Amino acid sequence: MSKVWLIIKREYLTRVRNKTFILSTLLLPLFFIGFIAASTYLSIKGEDKHTIAVNDKNGIFKNSFKSDKVIKYEFPAAVNANNFKEKGYSALLNIPLKFDSPQDSITLISDKQLGFSTEDKIKDQINLAIKNRAFLEKNINKKILDSINDLDEEQLYKFRPVIKKGNTTQQANSGLAYGIGFGSGMLIYITLFIYGAAVMRGVMEEKMNRIAEVIISSVRPFQLMVGKIIGIAAVGLTQLLIWFVLIIVLSSALSAFLSHDILQHAQSANNAMGSSANNTAALSILSAKNTFAQANWALIIPCFLFYFIGGYLFYAALFAAVGSVVNEDPQEAQSLMLPITMPIILSFVIMMSAAAKPDTPIAVWASIIPFSSPIVMMARIPSGVPFWQLALSMASLVAGFILTTMLAAKIYRTGILLYGKKVTFKEMSKWLFRRS
Amino acid sequence: MNILELYNLKKYYATQKAVDDISFTIEQGSIFGLLGPNGAGKTTLLRMITGIFYPDSGDINFRGKKFDTVNDIYKIGYMPEERGLYKKMRIGEQALYLAQLKGLSRQEAMKKIKEWFVKFEMQSWWNKKVEDLSKGMSQKLQFVITVLHEPPLLILDEPFSGLDPVNSNLIKDEIFNLAQKGTTIIFSTHRMEQVEEICDHIVLVNKGKKILDGSVKQIKQDCKENLFRIGFEQLPTTFDSTGFEVIHEESNSLVVKIKDGYKPASVLNNFLKQNASIISFNEILPSLNDIFIKKVNDTESTRQFQKV
Repeated sequence: MSKVWLIIKREYLTRVRNKTFILSTLLLPLFFIGFIAASTYLSIKGEDKHTIAVNDKNGIFKNSFKSDKVIKYEFPAAVNANNFKEKGYSALLNIPLKFDSPQDSITLISDKQLGFSTEDKIKDQINLAIKNRAFLEKNINKKILDSINDLDEEQLYKFRPVIKKGNTTQQANSGLAYGIGFGSGMLIYITLFIYGAAVMRGVMEEKMNRIAEVIISSVRPFQLMVGKIIGIAAVGLTQLLIWFVLIIVLSSALSAFLSHDILQHAQSANNAMGSSANNTAALSILSAKNTFAQANWALIIPCFLFYFIGGYLFYAALFAAVGSVVNEDPQEAQSLMLPITMPIILSFVIMMSAAAKPDTPIAVWASIIPFSSPIVMMARIPSGVPFWQLALSMASLVAGFILTTMLAAKIYRTGILLYGKKVTFKEMSKWLFRRS
Repeated sequence: MNILELYNLKKYYATQKAVDDISFTIEQGSIFGLLGPNGAGKTTLLRMITGIFYPDSGDINFRGKKFDTVNDIYKIGYMPEERGLYKKMRIGEQALYLAQLKGLSRQEAMKKIKEWFVKFEMQSWWNKKVEDLSKGMSQKLQFVITVLHEPPLLILDEPFSGLDPVNSNLIKDEIFNLAQKGTTIIFSTHRMEQVEEICDHIVLVNKGKKILDGSVKQIKQDCKENLFRIGFEQLPTTFDSTGFEVIHEESNSLVVKIKDGYKPASVLNNFLKQNASIISFNEILPSLNDIFIKKVNDTESTRQFQKV
């Protein structure tokens, strides 16, 4: 056993001291936070401003279109499809003379794509205008109509989904459950690939450096394989821990900054001039921060660690087996890896739907079968999973990784000493069923 | 006393009988040569002796007891033909790691490594990486790592490949040195001149079977063809050739094959009676190289794939 310990120690130390490890560990959370900050910023600030010329000869919409910060509607007289650009408009909206049939199309002419959100906003404006027009034609008072349109649902009621189990009630938050489920499923998916590939490359390195046989003459191949797998698992956990700490530190720094300055500013701005897109974004970060604490972290974190380690162990041995049969040609690794990467990618696809709909039969079964359970189950846990499913899933994952490790070891111990020979899947399956 | 005894070892692969019923013994303290052409089954044989492979059948006794893979591998130092080291790992750490895998404690390992590094003038290498070493240098390092834990049995597969004559000699001296201290050395190669120089006892395998086994001297005697070279001041023009035939005539010597039933002394006597001006009379023993080629050619030299 002390030899496995030596191997684990070497694998761990050489990797942790490596510059790429240090860099990637420190940069990834920064990159992550930067990504969130940048996308938030872009969603607030990044929209193009458009001035749109509306050619509305019958004046159907003249009074209904409302300009906002992003899109401004004007109703100039002499603008047509040929000259709107010269007159400084980004697009021309042609309204037909009458609206009766689907043939009466509204055309939006521009010289480049305006983008999804802009088109959607224009469509919303048109729909609203048509509805308003219909109301007015049925003699609804303009004042009443405006007051209905201005109703703010936030001020009328609060929507509170609650989960009741026995005597305990808990506020439900599907959005949060989705976010956490998707995020942790995604994280397991990525780390499976990162650390699985690290195991494979480590094994290939030993084989290609021709040190494998030197080591195999002092330890059993199984010890070498297991030592490597555990060593890299320890590296992965270290990395995860550092990321976790860094993200907590950085995000609390970020939110401290947010709550003091921006949020106050947002609040006062809100009071002064009503809600606008800019300020509600800042407020929704605040509310996200509050609801974040509601998630069942006491269950999610231990489960995440379990599925992270279990999933890794399930696949790492298989990656090691692939690494052991690869010869000089790294291209070979690609095709040999395919049977391992396919189920991982498939689980990712199932996970994406499972995060949104956690109780479909395919999500339930995929979260129990060990090939996909590490990724899919993590997407379901934040929404609540029956105890029997969780227990069954964990038990089958443990049984699964013991089985894959034993099978992989059979391929590994032959492959690692085999030079200059291309190994086929058929031969590998022969090794599996050979007496030892 | 025998350090290693192999009895009827067999190891079959899917398409080949890699080792097919081989038995031999190795005496403690000897330098033993395991010879054979490429693909003869040497590596498989060595892998069974080092506990990497289990034989399909047959027994291995190590120091008088049945070979115990778990504990006895510490007493073996194996330098495989396919050898190498971690390229990115520091040399000192690497030596320490591999020595600890061989069961040495950290302190012992450290002490031994330092001794060897001083002996081979490698002290300055400690913090270097293997990728910084030349092929010969890493070969030297590999040798040191193999012998660090002072194994009673040392197995060297082509130890001199890639070494220049100076480093070759350094390692050769060390091999003799270790043998003198009682280490048994199995030496696998197909470089016959080295075998002739170093080994006491050899076994020749081909196609998974043993085809020769004996001391170098004995084998040469067994394989000799009664050839003698007779040197003359002046090559005699006529002579009585009873009891021998001339194989080859050189400018002032004759290579003769003495026929069965005749003694070298009587042939020499014959020449002397004829007043031939003899200055030398030597027996020509075949070189191991000749024996190797002859024996291997007697069996089919390249291995065919066969049904098992």
